[in-house]
Amino acid sequence: MADHKVVIVGAGPAGMRAAETLVRAGLRPMVVDEQPASGGQIYRRPPSGFKRAAKALYGTEAAKAEALHRCFDALADRIDYRPDTTVWGLKDDRLFLQNGGAVEEVRFGRLILATGATDRLLPVPGWTLPGVYTLGAAQIALKAQGVAIGAPVVFLGSGPLLFLVASQYVRAGVKVAAVLDTSRFIDQARALPWLLARPAFLARGIGLQNALRRAGVPIHDGVRPEEILGGAEGVVGLRWRDRRGRSRETAASAIGLGWHLRSEIQLAELAGCEMAFDPLMRQWRPVADPLGRSSRGNVYLAGDGARICGADDAEIAGRLAASAVLEDMGLTPDRSSMRALLRRHARMKRFAEGIWRAFPWPADVCAAAADETILCRCEEVTTGDFRRTIAETDAPELNRAKAICRVGMGRCQGRYCSLAAAEIMASKNNFQIAKAGRLRPQAPIKPLPSAVRSSTAPDQPLRSQRTPSPELG
Amino acid sequence: MSKPRFVRVAETGRAPVRFRLDGSEISGLEGDSVLTAVLTNAGHVRISEFSAGARAGFCLMGACQDCWMWTDEGDRLRACTTPVKAGLALRTTPPETGTWPTTRS
Repeated sequence: MADHKVVIVGAGPAGMRAAETLVRAGLRPMVVDEQPASGGQIYRRPPSGFKRAAKALYGTEAAKAEALHRCFDALADRIDYRPDTTVWGLKDDRLFLQNGGAVEEVRFGRLILATGATDRLLPVPGWTLPGVYTLGAAQIALKAQGVAIGAPVVFLGSGPLLFLVASQYVRAGVKVAAVLDTSRFIDQARALPWLLARPAFLARGIGLQNALRRAGVPIHDGVRPEEILGGAEGVVGLRWRDRRGRSRETAASAIGLGWHLRSEIQLAELAGCEMAFDPLMRQWRPVADPLGRSSRGNVYLAGDGARICGADDAEIAGRLAASAVLEDMGLTPDRSSMRALLRRHARMKRFAEGIWRAFPWPADVCAAAADETILCRCEEVTTGDFRRTIAETDAPELNRAKAICRVGMGRCQGRYCSLAAAEIMASKNNFQIAKAGRLRPQAPIKPLPSAVRSSTAPDQPLRSQRTPSPELG
Repeated sequence: MSKPRFVRVAETGRAPVRFRLDGSEISGLEGDSVLTAVLTNAGHVRISEFSAGARAGFCLMGACQDCWMWTDEGDRLRACTTPVKAGLALRTTPPETGTWPTTRS
């Protein structure tokens, strides 16, 4: 087993800046990243052979993306960089890695988790039909592969990504049939005091909406989804309710869905970091001090995996977490730059609070989901099955309900259903959502190929054995 | 093969890559993920184990696991994070009945 002083998980903006800060102080961190190239999802790089310029890929954020990529590429021979490598488990001070058919166990002295986020979803009738994707997926398709998820496309949800993805599709020449926002204009107006923490960024967001309107894309606020329409051949449209309660239909071959983001917190959980329910984000997040120190002495948190604050703050948070590592190792971080970073960090956090207020999660849609609606996409468990389980077994929280009816037990391990399941449980039991708890993650937190699957529980020695079984136990 | 789902809007000058899907020879472009290569030719990548429903991936970032496909050799791969390679023989259904558990008859 290799021993590493500092290991960073994730090579998005937070992990990249953390690595840079450690290298500058003379350390040689290991950087483990699931993707073949650094950048995270936000600054994801297309495969080699793709020719679009940074401006076409990253728009107004092109300069930031290029600066980050240059910075990280320059670190190449001063870090132990592990692309294409998944961290699938964590126990005590050991990380369990997988790259292709090979597994490895790594002991860390200190660990920076910069695990990022996924889209936050809620159940919409018909959301398992081919042609329904997350907003993040729609963006990745365009950015990293030069494809649209389909055309014409409807984007539905709420959050900064909704208008960004829609405008990127319009610029790429894809017909956007409608942009449907569940939040209301009044939510955005009320969030202004927070959003003004970053006036330029706010102006850019408003500019995106104006550009969509100029392009003739219908934008509706205060909507509620009714049903994604389609059949064996996939999506053919969406039925939705407008702000005045009228039912409407829009034809589409693809739907992009998403309600802002949720943090990837499984590794922080496995590390035993204390978690707290954030009532504004309506999700759990690991408790951290302003620099990113978790409740566990040698585990640090940075970026959207710690708290959803966006890419710019992730760069700051990565630097701060690395500074905390240096401080705790008895090395001297650059204190004046730390103070400046902390001031910017506070401003970013205030703006992020504004985003949560401006684009609230429509908890009512989860609570009101019809019994026939599939809640767990993986195992196709309906909302009704889940409600019956709660009623018949008095399941007091999510893990118990999962054990009985399998909501959250499938392939995605609850990434795309557990937040909505918590809302449904809280509404049915008429208790505070935090009481529904959160799903306990289990290693492997991502499926392992069958060639490495057997006997790789963190308590047992790793060994390669081929068994013909599905990827998840 | 059902109607193609993804639409190419950029980066179309790459070299073609020939591969097989459910026995038919089709092509993608160099640098395509398996998901892109399949869905620019077909409408789905797999059939749900719990219903007859077709699935075509969902998150494209290796988080939802909804795009795992089979190969003729019986291996499985996650289509959104696996680059397409010449000669791949992909399947939207398990290669042999009885090998993989399913709730369908």
